[in-house]
Amino acid sequence: MKIQIRYFASLRETLGAQEALDMPAGSTLGALRDVLIGRSPRHAEVLARGRAVRCALAQRMCDEGTALADGAEVAFFPPVTGG
Amino acid sequence: MTERVSVRQADFDLSAEVAALRAGDGGVGAVVAFVGTVREHSAGQLVSRMELEHYPGMTEAAIETMIDAAQQRFDIRAIRVVHRIGVLQPADQIVLVAVTSAHRGQAFQACEFLMDYLKTQAPFWKKEGNAEGSHWVDARSSDDAALQRWGLDSGNAA
Repeated sequence: MKIQIRYFASLRETLGAQEALDMPAGSTLGALRDVLIGRSPRHAEVLARGRAVRCALAQRMCDEGTALADGAEVAFFPPVTGG
Repeated sequence: MTERVSVRQADFDLSAEVAALRAGDGGVGAVVAFVGTVREHSAGQLVSRMELEHYPGMTEAAIETMIDAAQQRFDIRAIRVVHRIGVLQPADQIVLVAVTSAHRGQAFQACEFLMDYLKTQAPFWKKEGNAEGSHWVDARSSDDAALQRWGLDSGNAA
């Protein structure tokens, strides 16, 4: 499955605004995060388990158990601070 | 009827927004509006510049969802949310939440509910800067606690 990944705020500054990745069918958002963590030391640092990273699937807040579908838009970002 | 949500760089005029929100609605007996502004100090540091980033598309959709939730929860007539993005200066306006209702109680509550929701669930990020540098603002667990008062879990800052 082709997955589009977007980053915002501090994650964007480290990893760039977006990238794309192929994932096996049936993968979850958490599995995607694990694959990304293995991509580079910079990915490993900012996406590390235990760091406050929030995620969205199809522009909705989601948890990491959520299953991905082909063509999905996933985003990773720090806790939000608007208002 | 005005759009319920506007996310943009441009400033807003509170009087004009409120006038538009209640125009033609004789059932309105209360208007509550909250305006958030840029503080010149944050955690003891001088702030000379604030930059607001957002997730285009998701931001608007998230706020629309919050407004739907507020409409279901409270007896209100109309809601308008304006949130600015881009580079702002101290004292600039950041956000407007305006609510109309027949009586004040529901309008006060809906306005606070929307701000608590927006603080923890709308994808905006603030970066504060001064002559020494800039840093991303940390989320506050007190904002999660504020949302919990309404029976909603956030887990944003946690």
